[in-house]
Amino acid sequence: MARVVVDVMLKPEILDPQGQAVQRALPRLGFEGISDVRQGKRFELEVDGPLDEAALARIHEMAETFLANTVIEDFVVKVEEAEAVKVES
Amino acid sequence: MLHSSGERPPYPRNLDTVKHATETPDVEQPWSELGLKQDEYERIREILGRRPTGAELAMYSVMWSEHCSYKSSKVHLKQFGEKAPENDAMLVGIGENAGVVDVGQGYAVTFKVESHNHPSYIEPYQGAATGVGGIVRDILAMGARPVAVMDPLRFGAADHPDTKRVLPGVVAGIGGYGNCLGLPNIGGEVVFDDCYQGNPLVNALCVGVMKHEDIHLAKASGTGNKVILYGARTGGDGIGGVSVLASETFESTGPAKRPAVQVGDPFQEKLLIECTLEIFKENLVAGIQDLGGAGLSCATSELASAGSGGMRVELDTVPLRDATLSPEEILMSESQERMCAIVEPDKVDRFLEICEKWDVIATVIGEVTEGDRLEIFWHGEQIVDVPPRSVAHEGPTYHRPYERPSWQDALQADDANKLPRPASGAELKEQVLKLVASPNQASKSWITDQYDRFVQGNTVLAQPEDSGMIRIDADTNLGVAVATDGNGRYAKLDPYAGAQLALAEAYRNVATTGAKPLAVSDCLNFGSPEDPAVMWQFAEATRGLADACQTLGTPVTGGNVSLYNQTGETAIHPTPVVAVLGVIDDVTRRTPVAFKEEGQLLYLLGDTKEEFGGSAWSQVIHGHLGGLPPAVDLERERLLAEILISASRDGMIDAAHDLSDGGLIQAVVESCLRGGTGARLVVPDGLDAFTFLFSESAGRAVVAVPRSEELRFTDMCGARGLPVTRIGVVDGAESDSNAVVDVQGEFVLSLAELRTAHEETIPALLV
Repeated sequence: MARVVVDVMLKPEILDPQGQAVQRALPRLGFEGISDVRQGKRFELEVDGPLDEAALARIHEMAETFLANTVIEDFVVKVEEAEAVKVES
Repeated sequence: MLHSSGERPPYPRNLDTVKHATETPDVEQPWSELGLKQDEYERIREILGRRPTGAELAMYSVMWSEHCSYKSSKVHLKQFGEKAPENDAMLVGIGENAGVVDVGQGYAVTFKVESHNHPSYIEPYQGAATGVGGIVRDILAMGARPVAVMDPLRFGAADHPDTKRVLPGVVAGIGGYGNCLGLPNIGGEVVFDDCYQGNPLVNALCVGVMKHEDIHLAKASGTGNKVILYGARTGGDGIGGVSVLASETFESTGPAKRPAVQVGDPFQEKLLIECTLEIFKENLVAGIQDLGGAGLSCATSELASAGSGGMRVELDTVPLRDATLSPEEILMSESQERMCAIVEPDKVDRFLEICEKWDVIATVIGEVTEGDRLEIFWHGEQIVDVPPRSVAHEGPTYHRPYERPSWQDALQADDANKLPRPASGAELKEQVLKLVASPNQASKSWITDQYDRFVQGNTVLAQPEDSGMIRIDADTNLGVAVATDGNGRYAKLDPYAGAQLALAEAYRNVATTGAKPLAVSDCLNFGSPEDPAVMWQFAEATRGLADACQTLGTPVTGGNVSLYNQTGETAIHPTPVVAVLGVIDDVTRRTPVAFKEEGQLLYLLGDTKEEFGGSAWSQVIHGHLGGLPPAVDLERERLLAEILISASRDGMIDAAHDLSDGGLIQAVVESCLRGGTGARLVVPDGLDAFTFLFSESAGRAVVAVPRSEELRFTDMCGARGLPVTRIGVVDGAESDSNAVVDVQGEFVLSLAELRTAHEETIPALLV
């Protein structure tokens, strides 16, 4: 089984209230030196069967239409298992 | 704050300064891409006596857009001022952020309805959420504490797949933002129609309360006074066409594209509300404006234009969320949760102190100057030098051609009264069930249950009552009621009458709950003004509304116009949404819709005629739209309202429900379901059962009268000349499982059956 990770982040120009809240909390807790925090989502997908190009294309489509709201978010699809990368290449 | 990829671009870069613009008159400018017309661009050059700088071009383009300048609509909107009825209650009229109405006991109420249609289609959650945020700031800017919101919504066909995307997002966005702010959502509407497919209407209303002396206006006066921007940092949100301009001055440092979508932060807005109210309390501002559409361009030019002097702004002092923003983008940004205040120099320290207490960023970005120019600087170099009035108030005015569309006659001739009618009691019964279960007539509680309706503890009535009602004084029980209505089907058949019917219904809804209607706000949703047929609809609707407001004595205090709601050649139905605000001296006297007491008598007020044009029946049973909408009789509406208010005040009625789409049977079913009772109805002499049940004649209501009050009530109606017909009795309780709606001689429907039909439709469509 292969694992694919989809990272979803708000687009850089979009306001991130949660990230801002974290950033404001950091110095209060004694963590200095952080000028910006952006918070995102990480999806770990366990894929049945071979992780071929078709499967990756499907995951890409999944990310684009469902996991990420592409009006305000960007996403990156990454293959995690070493053997899966082999399949891909 | 920087982007991962972004390095702070070197300053000053290719800055298009006023000096540079003067020296390079022949530079090609992207005015067309920014939505300006050739003659508009020429006029800007004429006003300035040179070509505009990039920043000036950006400001003019956005301030002269349809959305900000009302250039197509204002020749028609001025009727609202010209025909405004004498009304002592008006404290602030059209032209400010929102109108203000005196409601007695030293209280004033401000309310306004606005559209956020297009953003809500692109990104339903954030679009609807920021719609709420924007209207709340409008109300706040008048000096009022926001106390309630309402949302009139229109979507495409209920079973269309895209409605499943748009509706839940919009509802969650409204609920998410409003609930986080702690504002009750007390009403509104949800309407489905194919014509809104691709053009959903998301209108948002807010009501605010203040004392008379707290009214604040949007103007910048007093040379030397400081301009303070406070609230959220400015980011790249909602920069629409300006990205074209940005790409001219940006090399490749900026983000590839700027979205037209803004993301709001209700918790920031809550801080902004409390912070601003504290600032008002200490009397620290000379003028104030919220930042909405067109952002800083709008706020600075409007404040300066309304004031006595000029204004100088150091744009590079604006706190940014994204350091790569160009000055043009900063001017255009529609980042949410920001306000702009004009503050006397000796009050600045205290102002900033209060902001700090509430964790709100506040920055002095400029000051009011002696001259009559709006001057904006970027790192010491002047990039804007304009007469503010030319930006804010003296934009282009279009007398767009309008013409009654050729199809209007055929549409009106396609008489709904000639449609086949149910022939038997069994068929009537089947159609009643079908109607109460149809998406437009079905219970909307799946939607309204997602809104917090009772937070703050002052909500007296909320959906599904006829109007939303809020108590504004806990000691005296003074309250206000607001209802919004608009029937696009009626307006399509006859825009003049349709707009009047929208007003009549909202007016009636307010009166039905026992409040006296005082003032109007409107959100006029139409197609493209460049289509003469649409422009005719707009002209007719505004004329109708202005005339009706004059007759009913309820002035329009403000509102909003949303044009270009169309896909290709197909415009939405003309949809004037009208909000009426009323006052009630004692909210404990309100009249709810629920029939609760068995044995109470049901009376129908008003005249019932064969009027089925645009009706729910014609839509649900026949998929038909044609003929004429119900006749408008405003004097009758006024009389009906007076009777309903008197009856409520004197305790003569225990329940009342206005009759509108779906007719009498819809109203009776809703009142029975709300109260958990049944009703026995008798078809009155002179009416057939079908007309009695389904006609949508205006100026009617059904009331439940305790037997002890029967004579007093009917005598009052008789003396005042209001037709009153006894139509039945409240009978049977749902708790005893013996409640039915029985139309004698025609059919019997159990309440359980009706409840299932009425309440299961919307959840089934959307789950």
